[in-house]
Formats: sequence, structure tokens, C-alpha cells
Amino acid sequence: MTIWQIILLASIAVLAIKLLGYLVPPRVLQAPRAARTAELTTVALLSALIVVQTLGAGQALSLDARLPAVVVAAVLFALKVPFIVVIIAAAVIAAVLRMSGWG
Amino acid sequence: MSSVHGVVVDDDGAARRAAWRASLAVGLAVSAYGVSFGALAVASGLDVWQACVLSLVMFSGGSQFALIGVLASGGTAAGPAAIAGATLLGVRNGLYAIRVSPIVGPGWAKRLLAGHLTIDESTAVATAQPTLSAQRIGFWATGAIIYVGWNLTTLLGALLGDLLGDVSAWGLDAAAAAAFLGLVWPRLRALQPVVVAIAAAVVCAVLIPVLPPGLPVLVAALVAVVVGVPNLFARSAPNKEGRP
Repeated sequence: MTIWQIILLASIAVLAIKLLGYLVPPRVLQAPRAARTAELTTVALLSALIVVQTLGAGQALSLDARLPAVVVAAVLFALKVPFIVVIIAAAVIAAVLRMSGWG
Repeated sequence: MSSVHGVVVDDDGAARRAAWRASLAVGLAVSAYGVSFGALAVASGLDVWQACVLSLVMFSGGSQFALIGVLASGGTAAGPAAIAGATLLGVRNGLYAIRVSPIVGPGWAKRLLAGHLTIDESTAVATAQPTLSAQRIGFWATGAIIYVGWNLTTLLGALLGDLLGDVSAWGLDAAAAAAFLGLVWPRLRALQPVVVAIAAAVVCAVLIPVLPPGLPVLVAALVAVVVGVPNLFARSAPNKEGRP
């Protein structure tokens, strides 16, 4: 697969799901099991993506400057610091740690 | 929503103004963060055009970050896993569509356009408004502001990313992790999602050394099915009391 094929297939799939939702009668949401599992799927995926992005190094785990940056980001989110500020703070912490030789 | 009672009309006017304010605040804040998507997309091996097409067509932050995250670690060989991850993360948009469909109202052209703008933020702002007209403003204004802003900042970030070179030196990899954290944070208000988040993280960490890139995330998503279908950990207190 080329990058363009991956991008177009994934984009069309994500867009199609949005459009399909408008064809479904609203009473479907009253089935709590489907709605609950879909919401939990989002949580599980995002949580797994945090792990990949924080600890993943190809097909290995690596403890480096990303972990302290993400821990600080969690503290800042708990303190209700705005999204973009937290993102920048995480980048700055990782960058500074790397500059000071933390890997 | 017309009413002969002046008071009701005034209330609706206040609600419409509040909807505009909420749309602007949320829209501008979220748009700014497209810069990090653009920069990371380029760092993951995409060119500037590819980053922009993702923001223009896919237009769903979580799915976009998921796609480039898998491509960054697995390359095009991980394409199927990248597509599956982005699509699964997009399933919630389908649920949002069902929810905001009565707010958008009839007319296929309008619904087609609304479909494209159906994301976390437009749904959240719309459903938080008290009147139907304010809900409509919340949906369309938030969606439109973010669509324009997110695409402009994606382009800016992609061009910057080209200049920055090695993104790990700038901490952009940590920024992406923090972005995922920010997306999941507001969803962790009950025991059930917290249990799912922790279990999915553990499953993913265990599987990273074993499976090809992209697959650990998909397997970890099964935690949601295991917990969600039988509705485990739904309410902590009654369960404790109910079981001797």
C-alpha cells in the first residue's frame, strides 16, 4: 500500500461513518449497550495510543524523556490548564530533558 | 422557536449569543492544536499535501493522530492496522451524528455538510445549549470555525515540520502523547472508563514487543467490548453493597 492509498481509504472510512449516522433513526441510541461500548472503545483506543506514543520505540518499549513529559501533562490536565498550553509544555519538557542528555 | 412572549424571545437571544461565545472559544482553542498535527504528520513520513488531505477529508483529530502514529512506527507495511485504528476511533462520530441529526434537521445537502462537521467539539457545544436555535448555532459555528482553523493550522504545522527536521529533538513526540491524553481526559469521569483506560494501557504495553506496530492498539480496544457489553464496573458503590 502507498501512503496515498492509506490516507484516502482511511479518510473515506471515517467520513462514511459520520454520514451513516445521519441515516440511523435517533431511537437506536436508546439501546444503551451499543452506545456504552462505543464510548468505551474510544477510551480504550486513546489510552492504548498514549502508551504507544509514550513508551513505544518500534517494536520495543523505551523509558525516555517522553514519560516525564506525559506525567506532567496529566498533572496539568488535572489542574484544568488549557489544552494547547499542556501540549506545548509536554513538548518543552521532553525537548529540555533531551538537551540535558536524558535520552 | 418563535414565541409571542417577549421574555422567551429574549431568553433565546441570550442563548444564541452564549452559543456563539462557546463556539468561538472552543473553535479557536482546538484550531491552534492543528499545528502539532501538521508538524507530526510530516515527521511521520507524510508530505505537506498528504497532511492537508487528512485534515480536509478525514477531519477528526483522534483518527488523524492515530493514523500518523501507526505510520510513524510501522511505515506503510502497517497500513491496514493504521486504517483500522483510525476508522475505529471514528465510530464515535457516527454516534454523534445520530445525536445531532434532529438538531441539523431535514435536507440532504445540509445533512451531507453537517456530516463532515460532526466531531467531538461541534457535538459537545451543540448539545450543551438550552434551545434548538442555540443548538444549531453551536453545531454549525463550532464545526465551521474548527474546519477552517484546523486546516489552516495543519498547513502551517506541516510547513513548519518541514523546517524543524528531527521532531523528537523538539519534543513533538511527547506532545502527541499529551494530545491523546487530552482527548481521553474528559471521558474519565466514572469508574468504568477509568478501568477500561488502565486495562487497555496495560494490554497495549504488554503486546508492543510481541505484535507488529498498530495491532497492539486494536487488540487493546477489545477491552472496551469485554467491559462494555456485560456492563462491568458500571457503579462501584451499589456493587460493593450488593455483594456480601
